[in-house]
Amino acid sequence: MKRLRKLFWTTKKEPVSSAAIMLNLLFVVLLWIMLFWVSLRAIQVELDFSFLGEFRIRVWDGFLVTLGLSLFSLLLSLVIGALSAAGQGSPLLVVRYFCNIYVKFIRGTPLIMQIYLFFYIVGTAWGVQNRFAAGVMILSVFEGAYIAEIIRGSLLSIEGTQIEAARAVGFTRKQTLRYVVLPQMVARTLPALTGQFASIIKDSSLLSMIAVIELTQTMREISAVNFRLFECYLFLGMLYLCLTLPISLVSERLERKFCYEN
Amino acid sequence: MKIEFRNLSKQFEQNRPILQPMDFCDEVRALAVIGPSGGGKSTLLRILGGLLAPTTGDLWVDGEQVGTDDTALQKYRRKLGFVFQQGGLFRHMNALANITTPLEQVHGFSHTKACGRAMELLTRFGLKDDWKKKPAELSGGQQQRVALARAVAAKPRLLLLDEPTSALDPEYTTEVLNIIHELKKEGMDFIIVTHEMGFARHACDKVAFLCEGTLMEYGESEQIFTRPETEKLHQFLGKLLQWNV
Repeated sequence: MKRLRKLFWTTKKEPVSSAAIMLNLLFVVLLWIMLFWVSLRAIQVELDFSFLGEFRIRVWDGFLVTLGLSLFSLLLSLVIGALSAAGQGSPLLVVRYFCNIYVKFIRGTPLIMQIYLFFYIVGTAWGVQNRFAAGVMILSVFEGAYIAEIIRGSLLSIEGTQIEAARAVGFTRKQTLRYVVLPQMVARTLPALTGQFASIIKDSSLLSMIAVIELTQTMREISAVNFRLFECYLFLGMLYLCLTLPISLVSERLERKFCYEN
Repeated sequence: MKIEFRNLSKQFEQNRPILQPMDFCDEVRALAVIGPSGGGKSTLLRILGGLLAPTTGDLWVDGEQVGTDDTALQKYRRKLGFVFQQGGLFRHMNALANITTPLEQVHGFSHTKACGRAMELLTRFGLKDDWKKKPAELSGGQQQRVALARAVAAKPRLLLLDEPTSALDPEYTTEVLNIIHELKKEGMDFIIVTHEMGFARHACDKVAFLCEGTLMEYGESEQIFTRPETEKLHQFLGKLLQWNV
């Protein structure tokens, strides 16, 4: 009885055995499949994924575009985020307010509105014709505001004593930055930044609204031709999970690695 | 080490002054700074340590005036060792790196030499097996011993200790005070801000009583404790003795 209980029940003290992990995961997966199956039966849909083979090159291309969009956006949004985090602490008031308003505006409005606004107004006015480049820019501006908050938060969380101790041991400003501030910032931001990368990948799907042919847009086009809506979107979800699940696993691992405070 | 300051005061912005203008000139060997909380003890120690600029006044150490610009202060701080009340260790570094990083980056030690020096001190302070641990994995007493090791590693001319034991349990307090006492016997000059009156009385030569931002009394420790001159010190000591065993 006790052993059976151990297979399903966990306390904080003991680690969960791998048998228990496998068994419970299996149950959960089965439960999800059941749920889907019942729902699909209720609306009398028969899933048929066979058409996917025919579109595999387009799907693969879309997948690569999503990956490319996300990677470029990650890099650019890191730059934008770091700059605006620094700008929010600037002694120059114009710079400080500029960065403040940027972060507040972006975080306070939906991405889809920003996409339309930037692409059709700003993009047209400034002559950004390449949709991929425009997509990267819009996404980076959007995610940059969130990254700015992550960086600013971790900067604020570095205690005054750490900086004072750095000065006390004789570090210069540069050495303080290099040996104390940056390592602690990396430790605090890396898990959150990894999570943000997963958000970037998901958010990139909205760029389908301005007809960037990424994964979601590809699937939309395919489903518009063959009306296999359920299959297309189920498969689409799977593909996104292939990208985001490993990232969230990495994020969790980083969190554990860097939790030197207790 | 000879320490001298004239007309030294500190005021933060519009607030009431933390330190009223004060003068001091003496050879410091083992000096305890005592007094009620909020009296300006830590502020004075930070000014002496070059971590805080005074609002008015100048500071001379061994006959040399301490500059006020960044570079001069940095150079000055390198000659000192500072131990904070708590949280002074770099929390992302293990005990060893906490000691070796300043040795290598500030004092120009080679990596091997820095590690040798750090291990020598850690061994001496009873932390030989804990060198790999980060501050969060060490007890409060162990953390302070590492902090002491870091502070004395580069053989500073003066050690500044800001209530190094007030966050510790009594048994850890003794551990840390013993080490400071030992360092004193080896000729390390120090200034300690402390509430450990036994230590101030028996291990320190001189005591300064700081109250309401003024240096109310200063003298031989025995004299300060047995013949307080001001009413404030009398009251302060009376309160401390109230619950003595």
